[in-house]
Amino acid sequence: MGNASFLWNAMTKSITDDYVLVEKFCLANYKFTDGDVIVFRSPNNHKEKHIKRIIAMPGDWIKVPHSYDMLKIPEGHCWVEGDNSASSLDSRSFGPVPLGLVQGRVTHIVWPPQRVGQVRRSIPEGRFSL
Amino acid sequence: MMGVRTILGQWRSTAKEVWDRTLIVAKFLCVLHVTNTYICTPTLVYGPSMLPTLNLTGDVILAERISTRLGKVGPGDIVLVRSPENPRKTVSKRVMGMEGDRVTFLVDPKKSDRCRTIVGDNVYASRDSRHFGPVPCGLIQAKVFFRIWPPEGFGSLRQGE
Repeated sequence: MGNASFLWNAMTKSITDDYVLVEKFCLANYKFTDGDVIVFRSPNNHKEKHIKRIIAMPGDWIKVPHSYDMLKIPEGHCWVEGDNSASSLDSRSFGPVPLGLVQGRVTHIVWPPQRVGQVRRSIPEGRFSL
Repeated sequence: MMGVRTILGQWRSTAKEVWDRTLIVAKFLCVLHVTNTYICTPTLVYGPSMLPTLNLTGDVILAERISTRLGKVGPGDIVLVRSPENPRKTVSKRVMGMEGDRVTFLVDPKKSDRCRTIVGDNVYASRDSRHFGPVPCGLIQAKVFFRIWPPEGFGSLRQGE
């Protein structure tokens, strides 16, 4: 298990520094599902890490926002989006993310105390994948 | 009673010895893990995609992780890369030069420093950037610099060899 501190303004409505618990047991088999919140290295800069939610897994078709395209997620990649879609740098900018860049899955928020709790899997409204 | 005290004393010293030895083994395993994960690791690589540089049936090579962490991976280096098609597979390929590619691509490789184009030495039996495009630097796990098995191939695997 590892602790990570991230500026989480892509995931929350307000700009806060949250400390989260990141579990790395999922990296043994790279078994993820839609709705998991993951930590991954940025495809543009291997020194940066992002936290986003997985919206679609390999082989799924996803509707690209603000366009009429449907995109098929290639083998070994996933489509990630931030919950706060207005201010989020995610797959809508850099495309599907290779699963090899994933560093762990976020399970709980541990700080600040008023936000302590489990981070649940959930698919945002209106985003569906076939 | 004297008998019980002696037995207790002996048990205590044995327990202390067991604890000390376990501690030494634990420390050794920790050092081994840290070295393997962050500094240098031996790996078995096999497959036809890097012939003639690496053998088909398997070579044991040493790969270092410090250059990749610093991003100092350049054209001509042999690298261990987590496959973009299957994250559970790690493959070994050579980083292609940004200019003067000897292989023709259907789409021009992006000339940005966030991506590396990787190609196997054996272009006829290699699934590489010609199929899945340039890979992000974050997928590059280690840089191969030395071969330790088989003994005939013992030696440095520097650029261009």
